[in-house]
Amino acid sequence: MKNRLKVLRAERDWTQAQLADALEVSRQTVNAIETGKFDPSLPLAFKVARLFELSIEEIFKDGESI
Amino acid sequence: MNTPITPPGNWTDRLKKNTIRLGYWTAAWVLTLAIAAFGPNLIWDYATLPSILALLVNLAAGVGWILANKLNLRDLDDLQQKIQLEATALSLSVAVVAGLSYELLEDIHLISFQPEISHLVVLISLAYAIGLFTGNRRYQ
Repeated sequence: MKNRLKVLRAERDWTQAQLADALEVSRQTVNAIETGKFDPSLPLAFKVARLFELSIEEIFKDGESI
Repeated sequence: MNTPITPPGNWTDRLKKNTIRLGYWTAAWVLTLAIAAFGPNLIWDYATLPSILALLVNLAAGVGWILANKLNLRDLDDLQQKIQLEATALSLSVAVVAGLSYELLEDIHLISFQPEISHLVVLISLAYAIGLFTGNRRYQ
């Protein structure tokens, strides 16, 4: 699964640590999601969507690159 | 805007507390296990009542450790839980496979000594540590 997390984070000038704090996950988890090594659970994906005020589909895409 | 999005610390503070709690329960369990194991020989000369009490206290500490571990796992994030799950699955598989083979070695007279549970515990710990290490490396 591909995602725009890194781009969205960069647009807001947030560090991985800041984003991790906001999502209540480790920085390792944010990094693993950004690099596509780990797909978040549905609750975490919703949390990400709420934080960026976007829909899940606007952040995460199945398979194809964004 | 490079401002923190939320005040940091709530989640990390909770994790720290869980880890410290788990550490205390682990220490309590190890200590009470040592007392239950060595007390009969070194302190109360195999008297039944102190041995039973020591065993019950050790079991209670074990239950506390299990609950603390459960609490700790529950508060981990998705990725950390996945890494823990994979490490636990590896150590459980190793425990079953190696444990039964080890026991069989004596049953079919390929070794002359009694298999020790402590050997298995060391192997399980190693498998768990390897699982954690490889899991963390994979998601770095």
